[in-house]
Amino acid sequence: MSSLSNISTATLTKDLRLEWRSKDAINSMLFFALLVVVIFSFSFNPTAEESRQIAGGLVWVAFLFAAVVALNQTWARELRNQVLDAYRVSPAPANALFLAKAVGNFVFVSVLEALMTPLFIVFYTLRALGPAWQLIPLAMLGTWAVVVNGTFFAAMSIRTRSREIMLPLLLFPISIPALLSMVEGTSAILTGEASAKFWIVLLAVYDLVFTSVSLLLFETVLNAE
Amino acid sequence: MKKAFPIFALLTLVLLSYALYEALVAAPTEQTMGDVQRIFYYHVPSAWTAFLLFLVNFVASVVYLVNRSDKADMVALVTAEVGVVFCTVVLVTGPIWARPVWGIWWTWDLRLTLTLVLWLIYVSYLMLRRFSSGSQTPVMAAVLAVFGALDVPLVYFSIWYFRTQHPSPVIGRGGSLDPRMARVLLINWAAFLCFAVLICWSRYRLERLKREVEETQALEALLEPRGVR
Repeated sequence: MSSLSNISTATLTKDLRLEWRSKDAINSMLFFALLVVVIFSFSFNPTAEESRQIAGGLVWVAFLFAAVVALNQTWARELRNQVLDAYRVSPAPANALFLAKAVGNFVFVSVLEALMTPLFIVFYTLRALGPAWQLIPLAMLGTWAVVVNGTFFAAMSIRTRSREIMLPLLLFPISIPALLSMVEGTSAILTGEASAKFWIVLLAVYDLVFTSVSLLLFETVLNAE
Repeated sequence: MKKAFPIFALLTLVLLSYALYEALVAAPTEQTMGDVQRIFYYHVPSAWTAFLLFLVNFVASVVYLVNRSDKADMVALVTAEVGVVFCTVVLVTGPIWARPVWGIWWTWDLRLTLTLVLWLIYVSYLMLRRFSSGSQTPVMAAVLAVFGALDVPLVYFSIWYFRTQHPSPVIGRGGSLDPRMARVLLINWAAFLCFAVLICWSRYRLERLKREVEETQALEALLEPRGVR
């Protein structure tokens, strides 16, 4: 167990430091999300009441697309210099690597969300009519849902031809219930018309199921020859 | 085995024609919907067949992950392909029926959306198989099949809470379905199942031959003296 947490921490620290120095993922995600916000704003030009109805969808679609940018880069770095092959032959547990990568992506996407949310509020003049604090567990669970599956499928799509396009093709169909929960939960909180509790519970179940199955099967995927 | 295939194909053909006759001629006309209701004898059996094939795909994928048997992988591939075809039939016949009866082609209701999501998951499964190369394909495909199967109940609950507009099931709930219609439905399902098994069988044989050819070619390339080609 200690080796698992040691290796996870080491990999996570390395990834965070690399990202801190290069800022590749966060910059491309931020700019991409910004573009989505601006384009959506132009195409719909909503009033305050309308934007409360549609903002849940816009926010999460923008974050989902932006997250794919970061997720695609997760493993690309490890392919150079055969780092992944070296990892495969080492006795280190595969799940330590997976957890580190997933947590790293969670940090990146969370930072993106923290920076983009004020912008959304400004552009769409948003104000929550429901209990706004519920947005925090909703966002955290939703982000983990996208990131845990995204990290897993990125490890799969890196082995295919046309790897960049393969990740969303695998990730989006499986993410439909998570995306629906995030969008509906956010809309419920913003409009204050319904309770978001069901969606938060559903996201928690989704996270539990897919985190377990990812941890169960990651070694199989990593060692697939 | 080789003789069984044409016999089974013939039986399926006979059963399919009989089911066609039953569905179009023998079955009573529905009171309110009229003849348009007869598409039900294709829509519902296709749906059941598709779901059954996806279930077999899931079981075969788990078997493959446990014992890495080549046969299980071929079964998974074949059932996913044929399942997607039947699922497409469901998604096409549904709107054709819905337009005159409901007045709309499509609605985001529980079973429609669930079927569509299933179709999307299995199309992504087939794309993964197509875009990945070599011996890692079966492993990754089997893993994705497990993810897809686990996703189904979550999709179900999310959409169940989201909305429901579909007519509540007529089968198995009080049995308001005319017994003659139920009989025709079951005959059609039997015919569609046989048809699905037949296609899967033939696709399985094709896949086995394809893999044998590939193996032989790889072996020949190894045995050939260097520099000849």
